[in-house]
Amino acid sequence: MSRLEFRAKDRAQVVVEGLYGDIERRIIASPPGQCPVDMAASFLKLCHAQTCGKCVPCRVGIGQLLKLYDKILTLNEESSMADLELMQSTAEAIRDSADCAIGTEAANMVLRGIKGFREDYEEHILRNRCADNIIANKQPVPCVAKCPAGVDVPGYTALVSEGRYDDAVKLIRKDNPFPTVCALICEHPCEERCRRKLMDTAVNIRGMKRFAVDNCSETVPVPDKMDDTGKRVAIIGGGPSGLTAAYFLALMGHKPTIFEKRSQLGGMLRYGIPNYRLPRERLQWDIDAILSAGVEVKTDYDADKEQSMKELIADYDAVYISIGAHTHKSLGIEGEYGEGVIPAVEMLRGIGDDAMPDFRNKSVVVIGGGNVAMDVARTAKRLGASEVNIVYRRRKDDMTALPEEIDGAIAEGCTLVELKAPVRIELDADDEVKALWVQPQIAGESDKSGRPRPVAARADEERIPCHIIISAIGQGIDYADFEDSGVPVVESKGLFSANRSASVEKIDGVFAGGDCVTGPSTVINAIAAGKVAAANIDEYLGYHHEISVDVEIPIPKQMDKKPCGRAEMKLRYANQRGSDFLEIEQGLSLEEAMQEASRCLRCDYNGFGAFRGGRNEKW
Amino acid sequence: MVSLTINDQKITVSEGTTILEAAREVGIDIPHLCYLEGINEIGACRVCIVENKGMDTLITACNTPVEEGMQIYTNSPKVRKTRRINVSLILSDHDCKCATCVRSGNCGLQKLANDLGLLEIPYENVAEKNKWNYDVPLIRDASKCIKCMRCIQICDKIQSMNVWDITGSGYRTTVGVAHNEPIEEADCAFCGQCITHCPVGALRERNDTGRMLDALADPDKITMVQIAPAVRAAWGEGVGLYREESTTGKLVSALRQIGFDYIFDTVYTADLTIMEEGSEFLERFTHRDEYKWPMFTSCCPGWIRFVKTQYPELAGNLSSAKSPQQMFGAISKTYIAHKLGIDPDKIFSVSIMPCTAKKYECDVAEVNDADHGKDVDLVLTTREMDRLINADRIKVEELKEEPFDDMFGEGTGAGVIFGATGGVMEAALRSAYFLLTGKNPKMDAFKKVRGMDGWKEAIFEIEGVAVKVAVVSGLGNTRKLIEAIKAGKVEYDFVEVMACPGGCAGGGGQPIHDGEELAETRSKTLYGIDSTAKIRFSHENPTVQMTYEEFLEKPLSHRSHELLHTNIEEWGL
Repeated sequence: MSRLEFRAKDRAQVVVEGLYGDIERRIIASPPGQCPVDMAASFLKLCHAQTCGKCVPCRVGIGQLLKLYDKILTLNEESSMADLELMQSTAEAIRDSADCAIGTEAANMVLRGIKGFREDYEEHILRNRCADNIIANKQPVPCVAKCPAGVDVPGYTALVSEGRYDDAVKLIRKDNPFPTVCALICEHPCEERCRRKLMDTAVNIRGMKRFAVDNCSETVPVPDKMDDTGKRVAIIGGGPSGLTAAYFLALMGHKPTIFEKRSQLGGMLRYGIPNYRLPRERLQWDIDAILSAGVEVKTDYDADKEQSMKELIADYDAVYISIGAHTHKSLGIEGEYGEGVIPAVEMLRGIGDDAMPDFRNKSVVVIGGGNVAMDVARTAKRLGASEVNIVYRRRKDDMTALPEEIDGAIAEGCTLVELKAPVRIELDADDEVKALWVQPQIAGESDKSGRPRPVAARADEERIPCHIIISAIGQGIDYADFEDSGVPVVESKGLFSANRSASVEKIDGVFAGGDCVTGPSTVINAIAAGKVAAANIDEYLGYHHEISVDVEIPIPKQMDKKPCGRAEMKLRYANQRGSDFLEIEQGLSLEEAMQEASRCLRCDYNGFGAFRGGRNEKW
Repeated sequence: MVSLTINDQKITVSEGTTILEAAREVGIDIPHLCYLEGINEIGACRVCIVENKGMDTLITACNTPVEEGMQIYTNSPKVRKTRRINVSLILSDHDCKCATCVRSGNCGLQKLANDLGLLEIPYENVAEKNKWNYDVPLIRDASKCIKCMRCIQICDKIQSMNVWDITGSGYRTTVGVAHNEPIEEADCAFCGQCITHCPVGALRERNDTGRMLDALADPDKITMVQIAPAVRAAWGEGVGLYREESTTGKLVSALRQIGFDYIFDTVYTADLTIMEEGSEFLERFTHRDEYKWPMFTSCCPGWIRFVKTQYPELAGNLSSAKSPQQMFGAISKTYIAHKLGIDPDKIFSVSIMPCTAKKYECDVAEVNDADHGKDVDLVLTTREMDRLINADRIKVEELKEEPFDDMFGEGTGAGVIFGATGGVMEAALRSAYFLLTGKNPKMDAFKKVRGMDGWKEAIFEIEGVAVKVAVVSGLGNTRKLIEAIKAGKVEYDFVEVMACPGGCAGGGGQPIHDGEELAETRSKTLYGIDSTAKIRFSHENPTVQMTYEEFLEKPLSHRSHELLHTNIEEWGL
């Protein structure tokens, strides 16, 4: 026998590692509506298989926890709350005395569950069944369930596969009047739990939508309005949420009027997202369709200044506040008000109205790690900046920006400066920016979100010379005037207070939604809020108009499902795209789109969809 | 030095001291179960957990070195709660039928559970069942195993046999014979060190007390028992006697009460062994070129099994003399039967041994030469004999000193020290000196080979001739010695090997005291007996002399070869 040998994987190990990958994907693709107790028991079973067997708490203790899970979950077994107490104390003992993370973290998972969904445990113990909401939340179609607006993903995918692009757009508009915007920039939560992940990877759903809007007719007419109700609804803010509410309210026969502070509609879609990601003409295509439903628009109209909220409420049958989150947060460091320090939202707002700043031969520092930071960094590069450094106090992995946005920024020549916290801005005698001083950080203990907390490192401050500093550390809303008019505000968050139906308590007939309620979020969440508001305003006005679409969905073709690659959208070469504002992304080819459409497992027809129906025909 | 507090007591200890050791220094006992000093410090049972102020996680006292400024609490509410749960979990994975357990009353887990007052276990019992060959001398009951891993560690680190290993994976991790082999094919030496270091009743010797009682009940059988040297130094431990009270005379009395027909002493045949083995050594020494060197002793069956499985090429180096047990067996059914005028076929020859491997040895076909069934019919360990005494409710404190039965209870101090490491060597050298020079050496001439060192060596000059000897105990030490011999690093004429650390005094069949190594203490008893013995030279044993005169003629005679020597190379395993 040799003294040392290279470790080669044996065949079983190679196969089992493939299975680990399968399980990872399977967990990611967990459909909504699983019993959390059952899931916790299944996870624990895996943990138990991983124990090395040395220590009692992990080897024996986890086994005993599994016995207790069995007792609690088995339908014909009696269990009592004492079992839950025993479970808790046993898990605590494992957490406190196991030798390594295999045991302690398994116990922590159990304890988090007992705390986090205790009522589910109780339902099983006391009544031998899953909690009612588990059944209620059982969703046959994961992509539809995960889309905040509930867009019929399998439906339009099937339509694309048959070349019926106009029908696809119509079907999308049933739930979302921004098919183009979402085709280009949606964060696509629909793909998160795509059942296809059980086999290989999610269907490129946004790509399917993009193929539909790229290939549909020049105009796709919106449905006919329902009978005129004579009801007038004021919508404050013409962003995605306000426009969505206006569109559906108009279709329902009401008369919506949008009051927009800026000179053009679109909100953050225009004043936040750069043209290279969402070309203005593509945005306009959606807005034109929305307005064609019969929406009155007043731009350059500061609702709160021109007409007090009270008057609006009095004049209109209902009011929807969707003003977005457009104010910047202060950096709170010395030199913040110097010449050359620009809040990201202000810069993007100017660009939205075609006021392009000149960054030629300027060295730019962007502070922040979100999508807005990436947007301004890439925009600064396009505006001729000689150098763009993105300074973030955490690590790249902790950035909230989408990975593809970060990669895009890097590809276009921006530099990530991780783990550096801004401490002050150095100004010259004319108050102009000379440099940003930063304190190096180390990634410390994790905070509640699970991201490591940045902690000042024992290291000297560093100086980053620059001419321009763009702060992109988050946005808030300008709520003071609204608050004075009686709109309730959650002071701790600086956001309007509205419930899940979008209605605002205490002021009858006033609704609110979108970023001004949730804080800066995604376009699809804003659209969903507008849809919810439209439905509830309609009810408030005493109606029950139903939105539906007259499009026949193709029946799926039967075929074997085999693992298959996912077609991705392509980007223009970084060295070409990085200096202009033309769109950077290119849609799928017909060949790619057809293969992608065929990858859809059609959960609307198969599985639970066959039993409970995979489609909400109307809302 | 490191300063810390334990239960608010300030203490300063040297660096590297564990919390458990530091606590002991201030008289604080931290409960523990799997810990075995120097051998198993792996923190498996999580019973010795303590709270270190400022930490959420509890830490194990047995293997955590102290740190400056630690504030340790050994009985905080969290510690108490967690310790109770961990012991409950161990009990849930353990067959708790204490009434039928060999270790009841001498069990680390039982004591711990009783001390903690664990009267109800809230968990389902999940104790594992295993299949085992109950014919082998070593029995493992998985349902009692608490996976402390001590057996694996003893076998690996002390005995270098690697018989035990982790088997199964994940939560099914348990202890089993390495490579999933059946125990009878695992090259186990049957030394029994795993048994004496098991904290519970998962490991034990094959229980032969039933066969013993059957033989005692059989009117056609004449029960003849021999008591090994090391048994007299330990038997009292298992019946509740202080060491100084547990004399050989009382042991004879106890066995007589049990009903043995003849009670003799293995020391007699230990002396006989010296005569044969010593003569053999001189024969080899004076015809050096005809033999392989060094010559090894052959009285330890654990060592014989070791040689046969690990270094079979060395089997011919072992003395061909049988062990005292087997010599007694062979003599009992020939010469003794004749002397006593009894039918050898009726003799049920029993030995009480500090050893589990002896149970194997008596079954080896090659070693049985008297032609009246097995030479030794049954081997009981010291522990089994103690159980017989306890079963009969013999009042040990009232036992009187009684002599062995006539003639064959005669032994010398030299034979008694067979039970300690170095004892065989010393006894052999005492008589070899005589055989070579015709006169006895000084009593302390060979003291150098005494003591608990695992590997001792000495050069003795006898009539101007240097004899290089070595004494090893423990199979790990044995392996090191053999490797050194093979590598040419050391050279010896005569080597004594005992499989158990400290020799038979620390044998695998001796009473068990968790966490204590008693070989040294028991050896002192044996050397004490030797120092006050009337006769301290094997060649002066009158019964030995008589045996040669009347029966064997002389050492290495034809009859000696027939009855008292064996060909180890042909032993089955």
